[in-house]
Amino acid sequence: MLRISQIEYSSIRRHGEETYPHECCGVLLGSSDGETRSVTKTVRCGNTRSDSPHNRYHIAPQELVRIQRQGREAGFEIVGFYHSHPDHPARWSQTDLAEAHWIGCSYVITSVEHGQAKITNSFELAGETEENKHFADEAVGVMAEVAAIANESTG
Amino acid sequence: MKIFIPTPLRQYAGKQDAVEVYASTVNDALSKLTSTHPDLKRHLYTEDGKLRAFVNLYLNDEDVRYLSEKENTRVKESDHLSIIPSIAGGVEQDLLHPITRRPDHPIRQAARDSRN
Repeated sequence: MLRISQIEYSSIRRHGEETYPHECCGVLLGSSDGETRSVTKTVRCGNTRSDSPHNRYHIAPQELVRIQRQGREAGFEIVGFYHSHPDHPARWSQTDLAEAHWIGCSYVITSVEHGQAKITNSFELAGETEENKHFADEAVGVMAEVAAIANESTG
Repeated sequence: MKIFIPTPLRQYAGKQDAVEVYASTVNDALSKLTSTHPDLKRHLYTEDGKLRAFVNLYLNDEDVRYLSEKENTRVKESDHLSIIPSIAGGVEQDLLHPITRRPDHPIRQAARDSRN
């Protein structure tokens, strides 16, 4: 399960609207107990796929290194990622699966139709290895308060 | 030196987010890491012993692939090595994979609630 504050949830969806017709992407920071991932903060990233930004996204590893470091210093870990599908459903594609490598993390996808965020779904990258990884539908709880998520996840 | 372990690999590294090793090069550091935590090996390397293509290595803020000595680059005790799997994807109209959608999928319920 993925738990996220209303503010961060809205921020993800707004990001997809702002970058439309291009894909947006970002990182989910928070905590995890293995079963539940609690998102305390989302970090917007640049989409480096300037050759095909309407149907591809890629986050520069250097940016991930920086986000991982800043998250660590703030007591958070990377628990997932998000991106948008402009004018396409909020379902994972074979490209999403082939290029997903953070097993145990959440991959949130928002469909953006004609510039408006529509459906937001989340999928856990399940499995143990590259060979048997797969996406599993993941329940999402949108919480009112960021502090409530952080407190519950650490308490 | 310190090696930072990404979230999905921590379960194979004693649940640690960082592992301290004494090493002379990047390769040596990885070798020490995988000998201490052998379960990491199959997640970092292919069966023929090559670093998996999606595994990025950053020595401090430098991509090891672009260092002149690559994995043979010498390291200092104060250096940090980050292991960062890549993040990418995107929609493919002809290859979209159908998913089973429950009518009460919680995230859609949450979205509806947020609008009300």
